[in-house]
Amino acid sequence: QQLATKANPAYTVADKQTAYKDATTYNNFYEFGTDKGSPARYASAMKTRPWTVSIEGEVGKPMTLDIDALLKLAPLEERVYRLRCVEGWSMVIPWIGYSLSALMKKVEPTSNAKYVQFVTAADRQAMNGLRYPVLDWPYTEGLRIDEAAHPLTLLTLGMYGEVLPNQNGAPVRIVVPWKYGFKSAKSIVAIRFVKDQPRTAWNRAAPGEYGFYSNVNPQVDHPRWSQASERRIGEDGFFTKKRPTLMFNGYDDVASLYSGMDLKKFY
Amino acid sequence: MATGFNPAPRQLLAIKAGLFVLALLPFGRLLLGALTDALGANPLEFITWNTGEWTLYFLTMTLAVTPLRRWSGWNWLIRLRRMIGLFAFFYAFLHFTAFFWFDHFFDLREMLRDAVRRPFILVGFAAFVLLIPLAVTSTNAMVKRLGGRRWQWLHRLIYVIVPLGLLHFWWMRAGKNNFAEPLIFALIVGFLLAVRVVWAWRKRAREQMARRPVA
Repeated sequence: QQLATKANPAYTVADKQTAYKDATTYNNFYEFGTDKGSPARYASAMKTRPWTVSIEGEVGKPMTLDIDALLKLAPLEERVYRLRCVEGWSMVIPWIGYSLSALMKKVEPTSNAKYVQFVTAADRQAMNGLRYPVLDWPYTEGLRIDEAAHPLTLLTLGMYGEVLPNQNGAPVRIVVPWKYGFKSAKSIVAIRFVKDQPRTAWNRAAPGEYGFYSNVNPQVDHPRWSQASERRIGEDGFFTKKRPTLMFNGYDDVASLYSGMDLKKFY
Repeated sequence: MATGFNPAPRQLLAIKAGLFVLALLPFGRLLLGALTDALGANPLEFITWNTGEWTLYFLTMTLAVTPLRRWSGWNWLIRLRRMIGLFAFFYAFLHFTAFFWFDHFFDLREMLRDAVRRPFILVGFAAFVLLIPLAVTSTNAMVKRLGGRRWQWLHRLIYVIVPLGLLHFWWMRAGKNNFAEPLIFALIVGFLLAVRVVWAWRKRAREQMARRPVA
């Protein structure tokens, strides 16, 4: 299904876009299996309509929105973002959506809302991967309220001109381009505004490896993957050196969110 | 003890040739896949992982030869072990080369720095280095030069190498909590090693019995 959008040049990087085929067959979506190819094979079992997202917690106007309401909530923009996975690879993807802040304005977070938690789908019928205790299901993620309100944080409903393919987190996900990919929760069913820093799925699984912030940071290494450089999917081949990873994935605007913080400590 | 199937020299040669071709198939598939761009979205990662997996398969096979031989009575199986071990080294070499090439573009300093920062790489690297003397001393001439006993002692390094390789795999997967495959490997390798421990116990018990004075 095609989506009518307007390109937002302010949020479009000049990098070459990743091929649609690569972006839709090489995915981490553990609910459908830990293999990169599994989501593309099995995610069609997930029903994305009807779908509702409950917006709850510390907000003046809690509400439950269905996917059509979300599609109409604000004008859809196309933004081309870099995506950097913690595993040391990256893509460039034309997402469709609008700033999460547009939704936040509607629900009016209270002064108690210091963090936002994203709760994602955990449907045992459709998601084979839930049989394995790889993570605490449902998968949850979180952002600090100012991170969530940053215009770059995209409530995402489509990519490559169409609605999201299931394996990429249909029907609605978040995209936070200056953080490692796992921070961008897929197939969201609830957005909770909370007072305390929420636990997140990967942080719970391996706190020494995945911090709450998980900003793309070439100076903070992960014990499994070197974060100093990355391989661009579909572009960097046998005869090219991996490209250096940029601080905040190249999104320097966000640096002010972390002024005064030791990002080695808050990784 | 030699029961059942016992191939004639020509048959054994055919078996060896067949095994050689089979063992090259994974390599052929990678070569063909690389040339036709059929290795998925991240071919470099695929090559690195796939050669690592085949290293573990062949290492496990070398450990399986002796138990299979004892249980089946097919003593000729031992004649295949050198080739299996050399293929383990071949795939380990490809795996290491893939890492050194794709991840570090032959930058030795970068590679070493990375190995220190990420201990699972260090473990895999140690396993690879320990495999080298085994590959070098695999020829008949080297067996003779070392003497059977010393050669055998050297080749018992395999009991260190395989667990190191397994730890390397386990640790790598630990980053994503993805233990299904390392667990299967660990069970098989654990079984193949446990069998040897049991044999050693029984042997000692038998020897003690034999030493007991006859009443």
